[in-house]
Amino acid sequence: MSENLIEVKNLKQYFPVRAGFKTLQLKAVDDVSFTVGKGETLGLVGESGCGKTTVGRSILHLYEPTAGQVFFEGEEITKKNIAEMRKKMQIVFQDPYSSLNPRMTVEDIIGEPLDVHKLYSNKKERRERILDLMETVGLNAEHATRYAHEFSGGQRQRIGIARALAVNPKFIVCDEPVSALDVSIQAQVINMFEELQEKLGVAYLFIAHDLLVVRHISKRIAVMYLGKIVEIADADELSDHPEHPYTQSLLSAVPIPDPKIARERQRIVLEGDVPSPLHMPTGCPFRTRCKYATEQCAKECPTLKDKGNNHLVACWNR
Amino acid sequence: MSEYDVNKTPKKQVLSMQLDLSKFEKATEEEKKQQDVMSESTTFLKDGLRRLRKNRLAMASLIVLAIILVIIIVAPMVVPYSYDEILKVNGVRDKGAKNLAPFTYSVLEQEYIDAGNFRFPHIFGTDEQCRDYFIRVVYGTRVSLVVGFFASIIVLIIGLIYGSISGYAGGRTDLIMMRIVDMIYSLPDMLVIILLSVVLGSVLKFKGGSFLASIGANMISMFIVFGVLYWVGMARLIRAQILSIKENEYVLAAKSIGAKPGRIIRKHILPNCLSVIIISTALQIPSAIFTESYLSFVGLGVSAPMPSLGSLANAAREGLQSYPYKLVFPAVAICLVVLSLNLIGDGLRDAFDPKLSR
Repeated sequence: MSENLIEVKNLKQYFPVRAGFKTLQLKAVDDVSFTVGKGETLGLVGESGCGKTTVGRSILHLYEPTAGQVFFEGEEITKKNIAEMRKKMQIVFQDPYSSLNPRMTVEDIIGEPLDVHKLYSNKKERRERILDLMETVGLNAEHATRYAHEFSGGQRQRIGIARALAVNPKFIVCDEPVSALDVSIQAQVINMFEELQEKLGVAYLFIAHDLLVVRHISKRIAVMYLGKIVEIADADELSDHPEHPYTQSLLSAVPIPDPKIARERQRIVLEGDVPSPLHMPTGCPFRTRCKYATEQCAKECPTLKDKGNNHLVACWNR
Repeated sequence: MSEYDVNKTPKKQVLSMQLDLSKFEKATEEEKKQQDVMSESTTFLKDGLRRLRKNRLAMASLIVLAIILVIIIVAPMVVPYSYDEILKVNGVRDKGAKNLAPFTYSVLEQEYIDAGNFRFPHIFGTDEQCRDYFIRVVYGTRVSLVVGFFASIIVLIIGLIYGSISGYAGGRTDLIMMRIVDMIYSLPDMLVIILLSVVLGSVLKFKGGSFLASIGANMISMFIVFGVLYWVGMARLIRAQILSIKENEYVLAAKSIGAKPGRIIRKHILPNCLSVIIISTALQIPSAIFTESYLSFVGLGVSAPMPSLGSLANAAREGLQSYPYKLVFPAVAICLVVLSLNLIGDGLRDAFDPKLSR
């Protein structure tokens, strides 16, 4: 494995929630650790509300993490150096409709990081850099003076990507960048992400709930459930030999575009609902829906253990 | 099978959906070019002004307001009377020129005209102190508009700064700042205004000839009253706007870029509540005009010889049955000003909100 670009250690993100007179802790992210190598893509999957987005935002200190550390090239990210770090780490948002300011032209949206970090010496240089970025993401130069609402979803997401690329980051958090787009556009945008990685050598934390998309783009995949990572492995290893019961059921739900195979395969349907993150079950968070659950699962929370082959699983029974 | 020929279609089968190519013709180069032409891209301001120009009601109001502005600027230069001047004919006080109807002359004036001299007509007649009423209405409109605009600007500036800080900071800062607003909001306006003008009247003594002295202590205290009391509504409004807008993802995006709070407020949040700011500022002007007129009525507004639309209307109440036109002129002036300002505010909102645009 290449050298680590991002190292997340025991990241915790709790949000206080008022319930009547009590203040409860919503454990959005609970003790998450992982690494992302240089120029590598780590996929992060999980169902809605499991804390994927929060992980991405906490890494960038868009939320102040409750506990834990994030290292960028060995340097810890703190409140003090976050301004500098923002030049090296960027984010692409899920919703291309709300993540672009409707009052700004494309030129100003893409140029904003340049303005904030003063990355140009004159107007001409700024303009050239913006047009360069627009070309990189496949937009025409004449789009520069238009407003975001004049574009389609795919084009808007390209604008968002160009904005993230403006500071030449080494790491981009892609927060479900394709889930708001329709399938044909998804493919275009994903291919573009791959091309950009080849060309610029950026690393991605690719957050998605679509396993096929993540498998296609990622080198490694992490699976999250209720604020915890339950399994991390190389993309093919995880898809072919899922160890954690949650991953297994998740994979069995992936639609297969062949009705014959789809009819024959067995689906693992989970029973019950996801427990509320306000009232987490004791021990393993998945035990309430796990058919292998034992007494030990209720007592103690399993930690990630290496099963060899870089395959980490958090389960007592594996 | 022979080579595929574009111009020759295989025989059509019954019920086939196949197109008959002979019915189509190729587009010429010129026609292809027509598809390329895209609409001219415009800036935000140009685009908004273009939409504003299409709005007939707003344009009509703008014209009305422009005419009023031209009149109140030009009229004092043209009309030979002054707002506090008691009419004189040939240096003799014209005691008969009391409460004249529009476009009529007093006995003395008629004699003067008959002698072959020119006398400027009293367009709106005269008041009970033998002063030309037209020029008084003109000056009244001037005062009202000046008070309206400046008071709104003061309210806007204070409300904008206070509201955006409170809304953006949130948490405890917001709580404390909003409680201060609540406190000011609960003060009885009238009491504060009376106290302020009593205190300010004695404190604010300006040297004659200075700019402030020409405005008058009462006018200054009125601006201070607006500055102190009426910004709270604006501050609340802007805070509420900012609270909702700062949840948008593009604000988070700006934060992730590394933009500082000041920049985020200026570039991302305020432009997006611009429509609300514009409409409420436009509405603030007429409300300031109303406040000014009721202050003038209780004698706390504009000082005596200087007229305002409110004080003119109030003065006209006394002789309402004999001289109804004296109420009609200032009332119509207030209506025109207020209505056109409201309609312009509406038009601006429609024009500068891209989400509302058709």
